[in-house]
Amino acid sequence: MDLLGFIIICVKVLVVFAATMFTVLALIYAERRISAFMQGRIGPNRVGPKGILQPIADGIKFLMKEDIIPASVDKPIFILAPAILLVPAMMTFAVIPFGSNITLFGREIPLQIADVNVGILYILALTSIGVYGIVLAGWSSNNKYSLLGGLRSAAQLISYELAMGLAVISIILLAGSLKLNDIVADQQGYFFSWNVVKQPVAFLIFLVATYAETNRLPFDLSEAEQELVGGYHTEYSSMKFAMFFMAEYANMITAAALTVTLFFGGWDVPLINEASLGMVGVLLSVISFILKMAFFLFLFIWVRWTFPRFRYDQLMKLGWKVMLPIALINIFITAGYLSITALV
Amino acid sequence: MATIIKSYEPTFWDKIYIPALVKGLMVTLRHFFKRKITIQYPDEKHIPPEGYRGLHRLNKYPNDRIKCVACEMCSAACPVDCIHIVPGPSPWEGDKERYPVRFDIDLLRCIFCGFCEMACPEEAIELTEIYDFSNYTRESLLIDKEGLLEVYELTKDRNFYSRVKSKESQS
Amino acid sequence: MYLSLLFYFIASIAVGSAIFVVLNRNAIYSAVSLVLCFFALAVLYLLLEAYFLAVLEIFIYAGAIMVLFLFAIMLLNLGREEALPRFMQLQRSLSLMLVLIFFFGIFLILFGSSEILDPPVEKFSGGGVYSLGEALFSKYLLPFEIASLLLLVGLIGTVYLAKRKI
Repeated sequence: MDLLGFIIICVKVLVVFAATMFTVLALIYAERRISAFMQGRIGPNRVGPKGILQPIADGIKFLMKEDIIPASVDKPIFILAPAILLVPAMMTFAVIPFGSNITLFGREIPLQIADVNVGILYILALTSIGVYGIVLAGWSSNNKYSLLGGLRSAAQLISYELAMGLAVISIILLAGSLKLNDIVADQQGYFFSWNVVKQPVAFLIFLVATYAETNRLPFDLSEAEQELVGGYHTEYSSMKFAMFFMAEYANMITAAALTVTLFFGGWDVPLINEASLGMVGVLLSVISFILKMAFFLFLFIWVRWTFPRFRYDQLMKLGWKVMLPIALINIFITAGYLSITALV
Repeated sequence: MATIIKSYEPTFWDKIYIPALVKGLMVTLRHFFKRKITIQYPDEKHIPPEGYRGLHRLNKYPNDRIKCVACEMCSAACPVDCIHIVPGPSPWEGDKERYPVRFDIDLLRCIFCGFCEMACPEEAIELTEIYDFSNYTRESLLIDKEGLLEVYELTKDRNFYSRVKSKESQS
Repeated sequence: MYLSLLFYFIASIAVGSAIFVVLNRNAIYSAVSLVLCFFALAVLYLLLEAYFLAVLEIFIYAGAIMVLFLFAIMLLNLGREEALPRFMQLQRSLSLMLVLIFFFGIFLILFGSSEILDPPVEKFSGGGVYSLGEALFSKYLLPFEIASLLLLVGLIGTVYLAKRKI
């Protein structure tokens, strides 16, 4: 690898990291503002114009607060747990293509940090690592509520990962590749070539599973305030709590980006061939990716303030008895269709 | 004879739940665009409706005579005994003989029931719409005659919050 | 050069965490360091350009199996106690002997051939998904099916054990 290539990769990593952190901040603001709007309130509007500096004020508050480590916690794991949760959440974005190829310094640069040839599996593997953060946080807190929250969350993540993976398999079958770039390329063109049209069932299962994977309402049983105080982060304060907070939003961003990539054509702008337009095409593709992602992030918040929480047995029933069989049938039908068309 | 009421059997369309979910999302979306009812308190203030029972005032006649004749009906009616009146002979020439030398209300005790207002035969004591008069010390919430008259000056011909002329002063 | 440095770094992490798993008496710490060990192994697979295997290592071992292990440890509350009994004197000397024999064997192989210290890792295409799938469904079809049958039996057995009244 030459020096320029190395610099380019570093720049891409920095840009994506900064963008993710910025989006996390924007999301925290958006969450509060949108929830307020849906409840007939105004929401934070004091810090800065329209309150947009509110997340920064919150961040400063988190930094200034006393970092309490309760006496009877398991200290090393208690400190490690937020990091275990946050790092995979930030890492997952590495394989998501967020724009068409850009030509700079006489070389073609894909707008994606790493074009891993097992991209989807990489994401699924990393999201399954996030469970450790929650489970270990719950256990090390030495608190019944935290432990229950952690265990619930772990069971939930394992259950829904299956449905999610099976929904993704039908997409993999269509694209014939585990590379996210190939999956995006497979969906180029019109609206009808997007996977959401080809695989509506898989899309619905995937969407529901992402809500469970990110521990968002209606599946936020691991931090159900009414039953478990705060769940796994009951004992956390200050910056460690902020890390849990950031991890939740980072996971949301990844989930939204993944939904867009898998089902809504990624950075594809319908009816336009981005490659023939040069820089304008690149810009259009990035903007379309951001807009699609923003919609799904809005949907996350929208759903949170609309639906009540599931009961735990309902959650398990939905995951194992409804979504898993439907996903299997969907795979069967997709594979059958593909093999029949291959024969003909 | 018992009648059998068949409960609603969900159809297949109901059981896939997606239409219901979309319906729910639409409800919140409608609220998203609705007018917000929050009042930005220190900047804009809630305007209490007619008949609101807030801070007291002592009314005056146009010729500056206090309407109160120190009959102590209000302090007798007061359920928490927060009104203290010291009567004295009126310094004005003419009709009424008594007037309050001192007229103190303990606002920390007052429950703003409005009984004093109802008991008053002279319509001298009245509750205004002022509601934000909190303070830091107990002493500052003991309001005397001068204070009550000041409140009258503030509210005699306009609503304290809306700055709109009240009906009485217009007529 | 860089790659071999990276290899020694990751390998030392893998070995260190594996030793920690055995030596630590707190079950949770052991489990967590085992996860670390799996991660180090996954990175080693990555260095061999076996991406699929690396991801599967994380996905299955770290992501699924160890979570269940943690689950069990936490629910049984083994974590804080020094629950494991000290080994008997006989067992200790016996296990020491076995380990010595094992290491002796490894050293014998290591120094028996000169090539093994600098292994010629050939760029093989076995790490790809395509070739793996093809191999599984043609050449190794029978073992594959037997393994899946075994898993199915295990699944049914679990359901039977967990739910005696069906």
